[in-house]
Amino acid sequence: MPFLIYALRRALQAVPVILMIMVGAFLLLKLAPGDTVDALVGDMGGADAQFIARLRAEYGLDQPVWVQLWRYLAKMAQFDFGWSYVYEQPVSVVLLDRLGVTLMLMCASLFFAFTIGVALGAIAARRAYSVTDNVISTLGLVFYATPSFFLSLMMIVVFSVKLGWLPVGGIRTIAAFYTGWDHVLDVARHLVMPTAALSLIYLAFYLRLMRASVLEVAELDFVRTARAKGAGEGRLMFHHIMRNALLPVVTLLGLQFSTLLGGSVVVETIFSLPGLGQLAYQSVIQRDMNTLMGIIFLSSVVVIVVNFLTDLLYARLDSRIELS
Amino acid sequence: MTAETPVLQIEDLRVALPEGSDRPLALDRLSLEVKRGEIVCLVGESGSGKSLAAGAVMRLLPEPAVRMTGGRILLEGQDLAGLPEREMRRLRGNRMAMVFQEPMTALNPQKTVGWQIDEVLKLHTDLGRKARAERTLRMLEQVHIPDPRSAIHAYPHQVSGGQRQRVMIAMALAMDPRLIIADEPTTALDVTTQLQILRLIRELQEGHGSGVLFITHDFGVVAEIADRVAVLRRGELVEQGTADEVLNRPRHPYTRALIAAVPGLTPPAPRSFADAPVVLRADRMLKTFKARGGLLSGRREAVAAVDDVSFDLRRGETLGIVGESGSGKTTVSRCVTRLLDADGGRVELDGRDILNASGRELRAMRSKIQMVFQDPMASLNPRKRVVDLIAQGPIVHGTPPREARDQARELLRLVELSPAAAERYPHEFSGGQRQRIGIARALALEPKVIVADEPVSALDVSVQAQVLRLLADLRERLDLSLLFVTHDLRVAAQLCDRVAVMEKGRVVEMGVTADVFAEPQHEYTRKLLSSIPGRDWTPPDVRDNAA
Repeated sequence: MPFLIYALRRALQAVPVILMIMVGAFLLLKLAPGDTVDALVGDMGGADAQFIARLRAEYGLDQPVWVQLWRYLAKMAQFDFGWSYVYEQPVSVVLLDRLGVTLMLMCASLFFAFTIGVALGAIAARRAYSVTDNVISTLGLVFYATPSFFLSLMMIVVFSVKLGWLPVGGIRTIAAFYTGWDHVLDVARHLVMPTAALSLIYLAFYLRLMRASVLEVAELDFVRTARAKGAGEGRLMFHHIMRNALLPVVTLLGLQFSTLLGGSVVVETIFSLPGLGQLAYQSVIQRDMNTLMGIIFLSSVVVIVVNFLTDLLYARLDSRIELS
Repeated sequence: MTAETPVLQIEDLRVALPEGSDRPLALDRLSLEVKRGEIVCLVGESGSGKSLAAGAVMRLLPEPAVRMTGGRILLEGQDLAGLPEREMRRLRGNRMAMVFQEPMTALNPQKTVGWQIDEVLKLHTDLGRKARAERTLRMLEQVHIPDPRSAIHAYPHQVSGGQRQRVMIAMALAMDPRLIIADEPTTALDVTTQLQILRLIRELQEGHGSGVLFITHDFGVVAEIADRVAVLRRGELVEQGTADEVLNRPRHPYTRALIAAVPGLTPPAPRSFADAPVVLRADRMLKTFKARGGLLSGRREAVAAVDDVSFDLRRGETLGIVGESGSGKTTVSRCVTRLLDADGGRVELDGRDILNASGRELRAMRSKIQMVFQDPMASLNPRKRVVDLIAQGPIVHGTPPREARDQARELLRLVELSPAAAERYPHEFSGGQRQRIGIARALALEPKVIVADEPVSALDVSVQAQVLRLLADLRERLDLSLLFVTHDLRVAAQLCDRVAVMEKGRVVEMGVTADVFAEPQHEYTRKLLSSIPGRDWTPPDVRDNAA
């Protein structure tokens, strides 16, 4: 019961946050030059002023910004995100269609970055200042310093073009019509390089943070106590150090989910993945304002949900934290 | 091994410090014995190497920076030096166990109390889960934890400091070790809790017949618990003997100096202040801390930290505020200086209301009431030269900078520091010197009242005595009034004309120090006084009848 109240309170707190994001995004988009009609007319190769004015009136774009904003928010409150003129579909349909790929990419990247980063960081810390540590730390620095677009292109050159091991882009092999396991494997093969490209910099973050955190926790009094009790190094690491060292890493995990969403724009575009990132990029180019606003809404919800989950995880990991 | 084989023998132990330390050897040819059923106190000031001795025995020194370079350590006749790490692990927590100083940080915050005791059993026995759980429960009962069945599932932060130390002791005793090393186990505890823990250690040690190496800096604790005493000074053993010999007839000059510095429990003859004007008056002061809570998280109970506290402080007088942690004594000191805003009551400084003073008035009044804080390192800005630290106050209050700095140099002389100290930074000084700087800073504004919050509790006993002497001396010379907050009744006895005893935000007893100590009226005061470690031991006046 206290948990339900906590969850409900967090949900209520999220409402003003999302509202502020949407209002801010709406106004910012209005500040940018050009609207949907400009883009449509551009595609048509030009049109006369009368037709343009009629189109604007039809889409409600001739109204003052405040009226447009109010209308948008009123519809948003009913989870109606409008019509995408580019995709000729309701925005919600377009979004749901793309959400799966992006979530898959993000979860895979985060999982990979977190597990490998934490493991490598812990190993580096336990062998601090040794050759192993130097190799791991240097590797981390390289990952950290390599931009994901560069990494993506290099991987495509090496693994797709030269070696032919992995597909260049897309989420499935076109016209192969795989089913069952073959389909899963096919999708997984398509996700290997995007996941690597997106996750390596985060892997470096977690690695560095975990290394520092383990080194710090290893010096704490309770680790000394455990040693005095006769605990061996392995036991110290798993039962006493790791759990305490993970706390700052988990904090970072939640904070970075939102930046990961930003990173997916680049990676999805390069690997032609039909996800939200790519959709966002195209919507900007095509001035598909409704779709863009939908993406912003969806990503804020995702970030808020993930932050909530992080707090739950944190409370679970740290006995001193109580949800309230 | 015969019955007479000591539990622990340390022979010619040498421990090297890393290059660039203040001395090459942390411990220089230390020899020491702990027999079965005996409590040996290893006493020394900070930096004497006493904790490293414990580390060497457990082989838990921070190697390779600090390492053993010579000597032997025998546990029940078995030489530990040659043992492989695996064998050492089998001994630790099993035949020799350790109790650490700070029970909050020495316990894993993420594991329950029961888990942490169980771990010892898991490591050293083949007992099944159920048998271990029973034994854990029995251990908690042995250390007199209230409601052990629910304590087993509690996390360290959910039990009090004293209970945490009981858990540490239960952990140490779980395997019935031959040797227990206790490193300042009661230093972080309140005086009443301290006495309980000391008694517990005594009781359990007698029951189990283990030998105890008890490390402490506090001669009161030594008097309370020791069978034999060894005094360590900068890594060298200067004196060793029975408790009675060392405490009452110390031979080495260093031991004599240490014991001479222990404040006695007999207050000096009372001085009369009936004719002196009142400089600080608190009238029914009130301060409540409301636990934080958001709009939706519901209300939490408020805590009255200062509840209806009234007192007068006359010119030249020292009023001690004594009590245990959480009694509200620090909150009183913060409220009268308006570092915290009181919720009710009146505080008058020199007849003027300070609680309702406006910004400008308050600033003028602040120069008349100044504070000295507990931690001299934390309360001095590390990026400022000493002269600027001291001159800062007067400059803020309008003194021309050049003049303020000249005065600052003058003040350094007053607190017995060399004028050369003016150009240096706080980290270049020792703890005692830093506290002198803190005092000079408080004096710079020529205040009438100094509020000192535990000003000597972070200092070694010999340094503490010097700082107390300085405070007493300045008080006479400058006709200062002192509001002296302390948990240490010995210190209060030495310096305070009157004391106010606080419990849970209320003053339960107030009176002339000598009277309160001789005939405490309130039950809580009696409890406090009877908990002072070594209260039956009167430090001998070793300065006068030097052999």
